Amino acid sequence: MTTAVLPSSATVAAVALEGVTKVHGRGASAVLALDRLTLAVRPGEFVCLVGASGCGKSTLLSLVAGLDRPTAGRIDVGGGKTPALMFQDPALFPWLTVAGNVGLPLRLHRTPHAERRQRIAELLDSVHLGEFAKRRPHELSGGMRQRVALARTLALDTPVLLMDEPFGALDAMTRDLLHDELERLWQQRGLTVLFVTHNVREAARLADRIVLLSSRPGRVIYTTPVEIPRPRRIDAPEVAAIAAEITGRLRAEVSRHGR
Amino acid sequence: MAVETLHGLDALELAARRGERSRAARAWAAVWPKLAAVGIAVAFWQVVVWTGWKPEYALPPPLAVFGRLAQELGRSQVWEGLAITGRRAAIGYAAALALGLVLGLAVARFRLLRTAIGSMITALQTMPSIAWFPLAILLFQLSEQAIFFVVVLGAAPSIANGVIAGVDYVPPLLLRAGRNLGARGVALYRHVIAPAALPSIVAGLKQGWAFAWRSLMAGELIIVGLGHTALGAQLTFAREFSDAEWLVATMIVILVVGVLVDAAFGAVDRAIRTRWGVVDPAQ
Repeated sequence: MTTAVLPSSATVAAVALEGVTKVHGRGASAVLALDRLTLAVRPGEFVCLVGASGCGKSTLLSLVAGLDRPTAGRIDVGGGKTPALMFQDPALFPWLTVAGNVGLPLRLHRTPHAERRQRIAELLDSVHLGEFAKRRPHELSGGMRQRVALARTLALDTPVLLMDEPFGALDAMTRDLLHDELERLWQQRGLTVLFVTHNVREAARLADRIVLLSSRPGRVIYTTPVEIPRPRRIDAPEVAAIAAEITGRLRAEVSRHGR
Repeated sequence: MAVETLHGLDALELAARRGERSRAARAWAAVWPKLAAVGIAVAFWQVVVWTGWKPEYALPPPLAVFGRLAQELGRSQVWEGLAITGRRAAIGYAAALALGLVLGLAVARFRLLRTAIGSMITALQTMPSIAWFPLAILLFQLSEQAIFFVVVLGAAPSIANGVIAGVDYVPPLLLRAGRNLGARGVALYRHVIAPAALPSIVAGLKQGWAFAWRSLMAGELIIVGLGHTALGAQLTFAREFSDAEWLVATMIVILVVGVLVDAAFGAVDRAIRTRWGVVDPAQ
């Protein structure tokens, strides 16, 4: 990934996408997943990307994470450090303990042993799993596994965190609690978060700004700031109002494809 | 408040996942069906002997064989045979292991190589090892090298196939996660692909062992006279001397080695499955 200096007139964005196009496949079966998508995320901003199926949300995160290359356009990540990426599936390594999973990125970045142990303990404490360090992933609940995955991505210590529907598979109560946890960690660590979801309430609960994407191909069709003071509650009327607004636009976009 | 709720949820989730049987109970549950199976087989053998289907010099009764076995275990010949055969098995298997791992990794990694020899490996696996011996003897005469040649050819394809299947079936999500966490190149193999492929690799190793052991026995039956007391050679001698008791006793020794090695592989496999949490708790 290229680390380019943005024009000095603009505030340096934590993540900047400019005219990003992604085509999957070749020839007749080629699918245009993203079409000239432009988006800038400010440092410390929490942006939720919302869209129906086929809007290329996951493709977008893969591109920003450097796991895939855009067909055209530029992606700049402030500081040039590859952002950490979290999936809907915790994607924990079943052969490692909880501590081993959280410590793997540290091992891969050659953190000395003593420092590693200390960092693992801190990270597990930060997701309230300090006492589960020696457990195996299969012994934990879905919500706990996702917290281990969060601690593991935080271990990368990147300023930008990419999240691909991370709470999509969790029950409502666990999800609400994890919203609180994520919001707290985001504030404490001054992270920049790019969060993909199809759950509009979740977006209204978490985001500083909601970006709505069209489907096939993915393109930014609507952007709105969420100016509800924090801490927010997912069942607050203001959150519901924004969610209703986004849902309306999302339905209009989806209906377009039925015609 | 939220943190207490979180801890409460954690405790509730984990409470349902307890309850295990004692070690002794599990060991007994694993052992008794095997003992019963052996008992039934021996009883069947005895019944066949009683029917007088074959004279006792061809098919000796179990008691005579077990008596002879006990007697032989008190002498050095069986142990020497075990030592010679065991050394050959270890060397041959180690060579097959090295070749199988390298070949498997190379085929799993390079598409061209897979297209070229991927299906050949499976074809080699189906080749009966005994069919290799004429060529092996031409190449290496009646020597240990000929035996090693066949053992390696018998075992390496299974090991390679285990590695290939293991690498192929690494969940793409784990690869993506590993790469995002900073594992590239060799580190990706060491920290993600190898451990994820381990169950399949162990299965390949186990199958490779079975092929190696069979090939070795075939080789020792054919190529006698090198070490007079190798287990396979003892079978040949026992047949030539029409010593059926010695013959069957030696076969039991060979079988027991197979069972013990299989048990070792089984233990490794179970250890992996327990770590990964892919053991049915009802078992």
